[in-house]
Amino acid sequence: MPSDYASGFAPWEDADATPLISFDGVTKRFGGFTAIDNIDLQIYPKEFFALLGPSGCGKTTLMRMLGGFEDVTEGRITIDGLNMAGIPANKRAVNMMFQSYALFPHLSVADNIAFGLKRSDMPKSEIQGRVDEMLRLVQLQKFAKRKPHQISGGQRQRVALARALAKAPKLLLLDEPLGALDKKLRQETQFELMDIQEKTGTTFVIVTHDQEEAMTVASRIAVMDNGLLKQVDTPDRVYESPNSVYVADFIGDVNIITGTASEVLENTQLIWAEGATPITGMTGSRVVQGEPASFVIRPEKVSISKDEPQAANKVEGKVIDIAYLGNMSTYHVALANGVIVKSQTANNRRIARRDITWEDPVWLSWTDTAGLVLRD
Amino acid sequence: MRRLLISIPYLWLLILFLVPFGIVLKIALSDVALSIPPYTPQLDLSEGWTGFRTFWAELDLENFWFLTEDDLYWKAYLSSLKIALIATFLTLLVGFPIAYGMANAPDHWRPTLMLLIILPFWTSFLIRVYAWIGILSNEGFLNQFLIWTGIIAEPAKILNTDIAVYIGIVYTYLPFMVLPIYATLEKLDGTLLEAAEDLGCTRIQAFWSVTAPLSKPGIIAGCFLVFIPALGEFVIPSLLGGSDTLMIGKVLWEEFFSNRDWPVASAVAVILLLILVVPIILFQRNEQKQREAEQ
Repeated sequence: MPSDYASGFAPWEDADATPLISFDGVTKRFGGFTAIDNIDLQIYPKEFFALLGPSGCGKTTLMRMLGGFEDVTEGRITIDGLNMAGIPANKRAVNMMFQSYALFPHLSVADNIAFGLKRSDMPKSEIQGRVDEMLRLVQLQKFAKRKPHQISGGQRQRVALARALAKAPKLLLLDEPLGALDKKLRQETQFELMDIQEKTGTTFVIVTHDQEEAMTVASRIAVMDNGLLKQVDTPDRVYESPNSVYVADFIGDVNIITGTASEVLENTQLIWAEGATPITGMTGSRVVQGEPASFVIRPEKVSISKDEPQAANKVEGKVIDIAYLGNMSTYHVALANGVIVKSQTANNRRIARRDITWEDPVWLSWTDTAGLVLRD
Repeated sequence: MRRLLISIPYLWLLILFLVPFGIVLKIALSDVALSIPPYTPQLDLSEGWTGFRTFWAELDLENFWFLTEDDLYWKAYLSSLKIALIATFLTLLVGFPIAYGMANAPDHWRPTLMLLIILPFWTSFLIRVYAWIGILSNEGFLNQFLIWTGIIAEPAKILNTDIAVYIGIVYTYLPFMVLPIYATLEKLDGTLLEAAEDLGCTRIQAFWSVTAPLSKPGIIAGCFLVFIPALGEFVIPSLLGGSDTLMIGKVLWEEFFSNRDWPVASAVAVILLLILVVPIILFQRNEQKQREAEQ
């Protein structure tokens, strides 16, 4: 979780805070295809905002509209109070880090970083200093004279970041910035990115399809699907309190049990199988008594045991699969009606000491606030 | 097996290039004579070793000295260089926009445009140059059109001038300029231009700071592909050029066929080849550099 969030950075909860970016009823159509469907969204200064969704959900289009590479079909985008309609990319105080990095192959690392500065009103004498500062920021001083093809992928990524930050934009757009890096480097770079964001105080908007990446770096996440914002919230709320089955399913691993809602109070009872005790979960948004609903619960919130436990919710089943991940194991348990529920447990004992194995009859249990009942 | 495969192109070069070049060089070192073939000495193997020694002793550089004495030759070389350089530049001016337009055309149009560029090759080069006579002559289509539009009152003399030669060279060698430039422009990553705009460039600035430098290998390749054949061009200046259009290809032809002075003609050819070796080496170095950059 970003440190700024932990330290109480939450301008979106402050009614008096002025957003840096504001989308008002923004729609984008390509011919007959609606890529962005009537979106309202506010992004605040110094936020690290993630647009998350599967490919084709409209997240890249939304970002390109901020950068000035696509115009808005309907509605209005304002950045820092200025209506962006008709303002081309080269006139916006916005810079973009491209997915492919788009480094100029004929220019050295230093010249790539200086490219934007040379076309700004910065005096020539100050450019070199700014380039050095940027090279220091991304720790590439030694590589200033190299050409892009003479450095590694991770270094190229940092050059692209330095180039985009050189003009000190109000807003930095990052299009899948870590997509081309291998997993280990990606995790290191995520923290570096957060560090740089904090140091420079720039507002970052990142597009990603990697939910782990979004959870790690972002102060808020917008989950998108089919040109719509499904949920805009902090990473922990998106994970713990998804407002729809789509969001719950998209972020992380989840068990979904469908049924009918009954007794909608603070908690909701879900009738899910004939003759079985209803499941109790927290009432999510828009649940209506007597209507179909889904119970969603994260695998790590489901306990597994051989003996019948004392718990608000408990079901019996049989282990059909065990996924051993080293630090934890996921048990796939089939219930009597065929529904499969996953339970994830930390492996804090050595493997020989664990007593649950394939085909064992087991009990699954969880508290009545561990899961959510959501409308389908 | 691999050696055998590699040896095929080398053998080809040996038989069809190196051996004929040796013969030309030998003739260049000989003296003109009224005989068949019209030069001496000729190697008489029946006299054995002494025959070879007298043959060797009679070869000299006289013809090359002669080329420096008569200013016709170096003037012809210089004039050819000038015409080839200007023609190459003009071809670049015409070719680059064509290549740029092709590279930016919608995908489904590109094969058609490519075909249009290559199409003229389906007709004989000689016929196409002849056709230009019909267009450029005093009563030709161009003059008729210009008079009809009222731009000029009297037919302008275009045919049999250097202008006609430039038109001919630009027309003939245009595909050699367009295709390599198109190849580099087509590979150009469009996001580079977006990045340039994002960093504050206008479209035109983005062109000069990104597109132009990145298409340099294609421009250089195209220029050499036009310059090298244009330098030794013979057909275009003799059909479209005037009597005062001096090009080394024409001089060579006259020495060979009109004067029947094979040794001097051969010397002219050898010097032309030496002049061409320089741009050819530069061209290959450019190709090499481009390949390295792509790795």
